[in-house]
Amino acid sequence: MIDDEPLVSIKNLRFSRGERVIFDGVDIDIPRGKVTAIMGPSGTGKTTLLKIIGGQLRPATGTIHVDGEQVERLGTRDLYRLRMRMGMLFQSGALLTDIPVFENVAYPIREHTGLPESLIRKLVLLKLEAVGLRGARDLMPHELSGGMARRVALARAMALDPMMIMYDEPFTGQDPISMGVLVKLIRALNDASRLTSVVVSHDVREAAQIADYIYIISNGKVIEHGEPDAMMNSASEWTNQFMNGLADGPVPFHYPAPGLEQDLMSGP
Amino acid sequence: MDHEANAFRELPVLEQLARLGRIGLGILEQMGRGHLLLWQILAGISELFTRPRLLLNQLFSVGVLSILIVAISGTFVGMVLGLQGFYILSQFGAEQTLGVMVAASLVRELGPVVTALLFAGRAGSALTAEIGLMKATEQLSGLEMMAVNPIKRILTPRFFAGFMAMPLLAAMFSALGVLGGYFVGVGLLGVDDGAFWSQMQTKIDLNEDVLNGVIKSLVFGFVCSWIALFQGYGAVPTSEGVSRATTRTVVHSSFAVLGLDFILTALMFGE
Repeated sequence: MIDDEPLVSIKNLRFSRGERVIFDGVDIDIPRGKVTAIMGPSGTGKTTLLKIIGGQLRPATGTIHVDGEQVERLGTRDLYRLRMRMGMLFQSGALLTDIPVFENVAYPIREHTGLPESLIRKLVLLKLEAVGLRGARDLMPHELSGGMARRVALARAMALDPMMIMYDEPFTGQDPISMGVLVKLIRALNDASRLTSVVVSHDVREAAQIADYIYIISNGKVIEHGEPDAMMNSASEWTNQFMNGLADGPVPFHYPAPGLEQDLMSGP
Repeated sequence: MDHEANAFRELPVLEQLARLGRIGLGILEQMGRGHLLLWQILAGISELFTRPRLLLNQLFSVGVLSILIVAISGTFVGMVLGLQGFYILSQFGAEQTLGVMVAASLVRELGPVVTALLFAGRAGSALTAEIGLMKATEQLSGLEMMAVNPIKRILTPRFFAGFMAMPLLAAMFSALGVLGGYFVGVGLLGVDDGAFWSQMQTKIDLNEDVLNGVIKSLVFGFVCSWIALFQGYGAVPTSEGVSRATTRTVVHSSFAVLGLDFILTALMFGE
């Protein structure tokens, strides 16, 4: 059964930036039709992971399969064809700032299909309706709040009815209301459109609320993975600290430094 | 720690050599990147035929929006040339040749060079800032993830717009400069009207002067647009990175224009 195969399958991924090792042997399977959350502290390369899945960055070693295609081996043309079936929601929304909301959502449709204008209009209005912003179609991106910009970007990511959507920190910097809207939208879109969703986030509560499965990565490795309930009650001290937001634990509160007394006494 | 620092101090020559090597490698790497980007930009030329609208929009923002500064500067440079030229030429009783002097200096040198410097400051910096900010706000990544090639879609039209706008702007600069020189020389200082134009007509050669000036401004347009786009595309995607890149665009473009002008002049007008 092809449906049992994960949509995205990452094996033994290694990637570094300059001297810094970002991923050191990461294996992740993202099941079809589910919401998978990838969590970890800031700076663990979660965004990098999405860029690797999308083929924007190439890994040093390891393989990435998306829907049976080996992403890092694809040529430009095939990669672009694959990307048309993937949507990505950037943290900033990444809307094109010089065209209004309507044109932003219409952009991928105009680029990749030869649909007539009347049909494009209907499609765009439907996508905007799904994120509740049909009335905002004539606004320019700078007139939108952060949450609205993300919802427009979500409508744009869905414009070509992709098989999966990747969310890069969708909850960061949102007020409670727009956070709630986004949480609801991600889950609803996933179930209504039979999407596969990958949510990269460090907002534990929100991510755990909508995720079917959670991976936690830190220091270049997958620390633990499992269903949200299991993760919340994990036996691992590290996972416990992360999921419950404790100030001290395996991840120390203090940045490594010599002893305080020694430091204070040795100064001029 | 002290130990290490001492070890370095003992070998300053080696350390300096290593630093020199790093700088050299860095420059080579930058040049390599620049050429690769240029190649990718040029490879996107087909985009201009399938979507001419992209080029027209950029011609407007790169070219038309630079007209005002180029026109005003051209007029004033011409007026100053008229004044200075008149004072010097009249010492030799040669003020009738003012038209030739004004036109030759504008068409051969000042038109292409000053226009290119103004272009780097007005349009080049704007291009760098725009591309850099598009990068910082993930718009370029966003395009890529929408399966749209940002180099073809964003950089190529801007490059060709700059390349095409520069000679037109330089021509405008020179034309208005000649009028400025005419206004000062003939209108204010009393040089003979007929002599001003007829001397200019006989002495300014279409190939030797005008065409060479156009070639210069084509070269400058190519280089200035290339530098601006390269700096923008390679900018560190932070506010500081974009501001640095914008500065570098103006500085590098100015150096490139002045250096290339010397080389081109030597090639064109040398014996």
